[in-house]
Amino acid sequence: MTSSAGLHLKTFVLIFLMILFGPLGNVSLSKGMKTIGAISLHSAADLWRIGVQIFQSPFIWLGVLLLLLFFVSYLLVLSWADYSFVQPAGSIAYAVVALWAHFLLHEPISPTRWAGVCVICLGVLIVGHTSPRTTEQK
Amino acid sequence: MAWETVLLLLIVFAGTSGELCVTRAMKTIGEVHDFRPSSLLRVMLRAIQVPWMWLGVALMAVAFFSLLGALSMENVSFVVPVTALSYAAGALGGQVFLGERVSRRRWLGVLLVCIGVTLVFLGRK
Repeated sequence: MTSSAGLHLKTFVLIFLMILFGPLGNVSLSKGMKTIGAISLHSAADLWRIGVQIFQSPFIWLGVLLLLLFFVSYLLVLSWADYSFVQPAGSIAYAVVALWAHFLLHEPISPTRWAGVCVICLGVLIVGHTSPRTTEQK
Repeated sequence: MAWETVLLLLIVFAGTSGELCVTRAMKTIGEVHDFRPSSLLRVMLRAIQVPWMWLGVALMAVAFFSLLGALSMENVSFVVPVTALSYAAGALGGQVFLGERVSRRRWLGVLLVCIGVTLVFLGRK
């Protein structure tokens, strides 16, 4: 048997890992795509060339790895914790993405956009705080 | 701008439809109780035999490459918040496609997400 305190610690560690890996993964993908530059598609050859560039970018691979780690943490925590507990906890990830984008990628973020991000976090928090199962089980 | 809108819509709609298809596939398999690797492997083997799973994975792949495309032209602090619209698409899709009952409180959350996304759109320079 796992003690209740141990279970809490395990849950919070994994949620922390989700919030760490998810946003960093997106930021890394963004960095990778920015390095490749704006995509212009005129022929099938362009698509192939961009595909090769994407698969050669270390930032893309890092991003994919981080998002996989995020996904594994997510699945693991969902194997014992309630979705309605985990999902709102993850809503903070939207703010974390904006923070990393600002401090790591030096993206300019206007006050209106910050406000928007905060309202989205609040919305996701409320969406998640509802019953996780409303359908009849067969 | 036009391309960008198409990519953002694909991220939200292909991503959400993909998740709905995967959910539908997993629901036909039934609740997973046993988390030992051998039983998880058996669950996975059964999952890949459900056509909904393949459709879902294909749609999620479309969403992933659309995300890469959108990130090549727009800032991540714009793209990721906008993808929160998938909560709106998810609530709608869950209700229509999976017969889930969406509570008033959840619609309130969805409304807030939509307001937030509008602010993020307005806040771009």
